[in-house]
Amino acid sequence: MSLAESGSISPPLLSVENLHVTFHGGEGKVQAVRGVTWEIRSGEVLGIVGESGSGKSVSVASILGLLPSPPAVVSGGPVTFEGKNLLDLRERELRSIRGKEIAMIFQDPMTAFNPVQTIGHQISEAIRVHDRTVKRSAARDRSIELLSMVGVPSPTTRYAQFPHEYSGGMRQRAMIAMAIANHPKLLIADEPTTALDVTIQAQVLELLDVVRKETDAATILITHDLGVIAEVADRVLVMYAGKVVESTAILPLFQSPRHPYTLGLLASLPRLDVDMETLFSIPGQPPDMSHPPPGCAFAPRCSLSRDRSICRAQDPPLIRVGDAWSACHFVDEMEGEVAAVSQEVGTDIRAGES
Amino acid sequence: MIRQDGPGDGLDVDAIVEASIATGGETIDDLSVDEVAARPPRSPFKVAMRRFMKHRLALISLIFLVLLGLVAVLAPLVAPADPNAVDLRSLRAPPSPGHILGTDSAGRDVLSRLIFGARVSLTVGVAAAISAAGIGTILGLTAGFTRGWVDTVIMRVVDIFLSFPSLIVILLLVAILGPSVTTIVVVIALFEWPTSCRIVRQMTLALREHDFVLAARASGSSNFRIMRRHILSGVTSPLTVVATLLSAQAILLEAALSFLGLGVRPPQASWGGMLNEAQSITVLAGLPWLWLPPGIAIASTVLAINFVGDGLRDAFDPRQTR
Repeated sequence: MSLAESGSISPPLLSVENLHVTFHGGEGKVQAVRGVTWEIRSGEVLGIVGESGSGKSVSVASILGLLPSPPAVVSGGPVTFEGKNLLDLRERELRSIRGKEIAMIFQDPMTAFNPVQTIGHQISEAIRVHDRTVKRSAARDRSIELLSMVGVPSPTTRYAQFPHEYSGGMRQRAMIAMAIANHPKLLIADEPTTALDVTIQAQVLELLDVVRKETDAATILITHDLGVIAEVADRVLVMYAGKVVESTAILPLFQSPRHPYTLGLLASLPRLDVDMETLFSIPGQPPDMSHPPPGCAFAPRCSLSRDRSICRAQDPPLIRVGDAWSACHFVDEMEGEVAAVSQEVGTDIRAGES
Repeated sequence: MIRQDGPGDGLDVDAIVEASIATGGETIDDLSVDEVAARPPRSPFKVAMRRFMKHRLALISLIFLVLLGLVAVLAPLVAPADPNAVDLRSLRAPPSPGHILGTDSAGRDVLSRLIFGARVSLTVGVAAAISAAGIGTILGLTAGFTRGWVDTVIMRVVDIFLSFPSLIVILLLVAILGPSVTTIVVVIALFEWPTSCRIVRQMTLALREHDFVLAARASGSSNFRIMRRHILSGVTSPLTVVATLLSAQAILLEAALSFLGLGVRPPQASWGGMLNEAQSITVLAGLPWLWLPPGIAIASTVLAINFVGDGLRDAFDPRQTR
């Protein structure tokens, strides 16, 4: 199965096929990721959305071998990056890819920096980990250059400061500087703006965009915030209960969602332009991933399912619908459902601008 | 307000706006960006040292220990007489201008023996504590970082060592290996490492779960590198405190061994050995200059080390705000 946009000829930078991640705990197995397939091309921004526990962070961390094992068991694949299956690589080979070819930006820049070392030292370290021939002074100069590139004022002074002397936004900038230190081909940003003020969020997103244009790195943006996705992503994967339920370009996602879960997410966005009595929410809870239901995982909460037996019995495959991919048995009924939910919420949720 | 040093890449305005928002609301109140940037970096180590300096008792103790160390190093220059020279005309002589702290049963100058005895005590204290902390750190780091069966094996060994009546085993070992400073250091270190091992393991277990360890892994650091860069630096401060307290214990143990006649070989002076001579009731009752000086020396040295340990613990405690 391929999710490639037709017409594109360049091979994908990273392709993930049928990835499974299971955590073997004391009380049985938790299937965090259940057969995920996607790919990303150079220069592309792929957004992965989903609520907590949908497997979005786990699937990405498993690619780089960052999950503690035990308890995590990664199976399926291949995960192909530049012709190599990342799941087959040895720790040593993976290490030369981590931080150099594929770099990560973490959610909370406060905790992702060691509090007892200077920011500059940590950025220099990230450079020297991959190339011991770089002299300390050269690494320092490069780090200062990077800090100035991401918009940290007085980078020379800031180089010698500790994380607690940085503000939240500055720390995230420093984090981005560290991530791009080795010119990675792929940047993975795991909820990069969640720990930040709304005012700073926009700036960090803009910075990510600038950085991506300058380095031409592909970016995977993991978030639960559809607003963030709308702003920067080219293509979106919607994940639910460890599976991709919808995969589409950014505009169609907002204009004509192809999965009831996506529709629910869109309807749940608080609107400033409409006077709403109560906010819309998806009823129920995500399923217990140690015992995922046999049918569609979203069926118990789905407004479209209406308890039809096929939803409970059969897990819908991800099928092509126009330019998008959707995992819903009744994808052809989505048009009507969008209209119905729009009526319930009291505004047309397809407005495109969120 | 500020000029960015780097090439103008269209981010200047951004940076300035953000910096002013951030400094105004988040971290530091009422400071302009310039002031924040101009302030010297506050290294955690420097902060701790400043706190330590304010701890008066610890500071006095540290000065005492440094002086004691100097006296021990310069013993041949400082001591009024040869510590082993026998003066048969004055056996058990009370303090006098010739012998400030009197002489012992063999007519040797007590002050000189006290000064030379400091060498043994301090060497044993420092060497045993450092070796014990070294072994404990390596094994504790390994146990805490790798976990699994390695952890289990190391920690069970620790349990076994801690459940021994250490003094009896030490006595036995010294008796077998023959008494010397080296033997004493090795034997004491052998029984003191489990304490530091437990602490290092515990700190490692806590530290390895931090996000910055994951971030270091994500940026390509090897496990060894993470241990060295991130875990070891976090372990250092509690380890310093423990090592200090361990050296006090080592000094006490050495004194006990020497007192029991299993310390350094007889003519060589040591504090515990000097106390050994004070076993009889006649000496205890009538010749206080034979046992008071070494007793006071041991007690005050151990007390000073413990004060320094307390001072260090307070200085490294992140909850302290002084």
